[in-house]
Amino acid sequence: MKIAIASGKGGTGKTTVAVNLALSLGEVQLVDCDVEEPNCNLFLRSDLEKYQDVVLPVPRIDGNKCTHCGKCAQFCQYNAIALLSSGPMLFPQLCHGCGGCILVCPESAISEDGRITGVIERGRVYDTINLWQGKLFIGEAMASPVIRQLKSSIGEEGIKIIDSPPGTACPVIASLKDVDYCVLITEPTPFGLNDLVLAVEVVRQMGIPFGVIINRHGMGDDRVDVYCKAENIPVLMRIPDERQIAVLYSEGIPFVTQMTEWKERFRKMFGDIVSQIPVKEGN
Amino acid sequence: MTRQITVISGKGGTGKTTISSAFASLADDVVIADCDVDAADMHLIMAPEILETKDFYGLKVASIDPDLCTACGICERSCRFGAIGPDLHVDVYRCEGCAVCEYVCPSDAITMLDRKAGDVFTSMTRFGPMAHARLGIGEEASGKLVSAVRDAATELALRYNKSTIIIDGPPGTGCSVIASITGVDLVLIVTEPTVSGMHDLERVSEVVEHFRIPALVCINKSNINEQNTNRILDHCRSRQMDVVGILPYDRTPTDAMLVGKTVVEYVDNDFSSGVRAMWEKVQKYLFAE
Repeated sequence: MKIAIASGKGGTGKTTVAVNLALSLGEVQLVDCDVEEPNCNLFLRSDLEKYQDVVLPVPRIDGNKCTHCGKCAQFCQYNAIALLSSGPMLFPQLCHGCGGCILVCPESAISEDGRITGVIERGRVYDTINLWQGKLFIGEAMASPVIRQLKSSIGEEGIKIIDSPPGTACPVIASLKDVDYCVLITEPTPFGLNDLVLAVEVVRQMGIPFGVIINRHGMGDDRVDVYCKAENIPVLMRIPDERQIAVLYSEGIPFVTQMTEWKERFRKMFGDIVSQIPVKEGN
Repeated sequence: MTRQITVISGKGGTGKTTISSAFASLADDVVIADCDVDAADMHLIMAPEILETKDFYGLKVASIDPDLCTACGICERSCRFGAIGPDLHVDVYRCEGCAVCEYVCPSDAITMLDRKAGDVFTSMTRFGPMAHARLGIGEEASGKLVSAVRDAATELALRYNKSTIIIDGPPGTGCSVIASITGVDLVLIVTEPTVSGMHDLERVSEVVEHFRIPALVCINKSNINEQNTNRILDHCRSRQMDVVGILPYDRTPTDAMLVGKTVVEYVDNDFSSGVRAMWEKVQKYLFAE
């Protein structure tokens, strides 16, 4: 079973929920798909080991064979090859690795190299959590290939909790693809509601069952509650706007380890989530 | 000469929009650009009146004509993104618009279609002109849309003769962040004294260093953890980034947001005067020769 933790707005508490839920459940796989800013391990402090490099194919142009015809630059949809008077020039960060330039080159002057854009790491903590994280290297633009490789590295068995990046763009889609349920985290403010509505559009369009957690409950007003009620969206949990939780967070301490009564609440919420997942055909 | 400053953070929710909106209300002649295109919030404070809407086209998408398709499967085998399934249908979420399938199809059954991926708006606000956008759900081209918003902002600056462009940036370190900061004069990184805030500050300061853009730092919610605030000060000193603002953890940003105002419009207190003082300092860096 795969449960994603997502939100439109950043900083609403995705990592907090993912980590504290993982610590409440027993044997789980926690998958940090926020590869631009992977933060789960700041709260778990596992000795991560490298599992795999993320390698993207990138063209190599043989200057002896190249006739400067420019067909590769013309074909490339990503402007990763520009034709200068001195010949074609490559911008590897823009390359999506589609292989089109190799196909169109009439001189067979283009071959392929691998370029490392990120890394997949894993570790085990608290005897119950297998932590997986992807990390996009600094200066690299494309998060989605790292996320896809991270997700494909993990076995099918057991409970998987996926910590998604913020937003509604392609890295979010890559993180949410094929999950059984999505928990959307928000805060009770105008920004929180605005971005929750966008996130709801995403999960509805993808056909994923979902519910909402209101974090920092009490900090703003009741507009998120009113919206969820009107839209018939289950509110799974309300985490209060308490200074103690914020201070523990600032120190990198998952709050369920200090406020242990919350473990039971997370377990109960997990039960509610499981009961909301429609049974698939064949199960 | 127009000067551009982008507010970024790495981590989300540290206060980028609160601070860039407040700067917009303090700046004399300014164009505002909301480049957090997939979770745009600035309009909730700016209340822009939209003057013009332009369609934004992102990457193209493959389309297979079933009447011409002979089900040979060459396109499926050639697609590196797994966007063409065994049933020879295109998964629009996976298609990256590379056009390889169109090229290899022996029956000319595939065409690359334009795909509207969002809208770019030019608007007027009580503080000056604003460029912003709406990205279609799950669209690929958020970096490209950020560039389109910045182009619109540059045009507005020329048209209205404005000296400053304030850009509210996205979280993260990837394509939309890179598109938000390339070619700007200054970056302000808003961080918070939490383990996540500090970790993300470190990564995002490596990004600005990689692109050789001068950066300043603001520590928001500073009193949530004084020890971490001191660690951030040390970190910034060692990276030679000046800390231009240290703001308290308080309700002002939320309260101002609830009534649709910037913090400096809403109230005169420690938080808003801290933001004012920060803008005074930022201008000195931004307009330094």
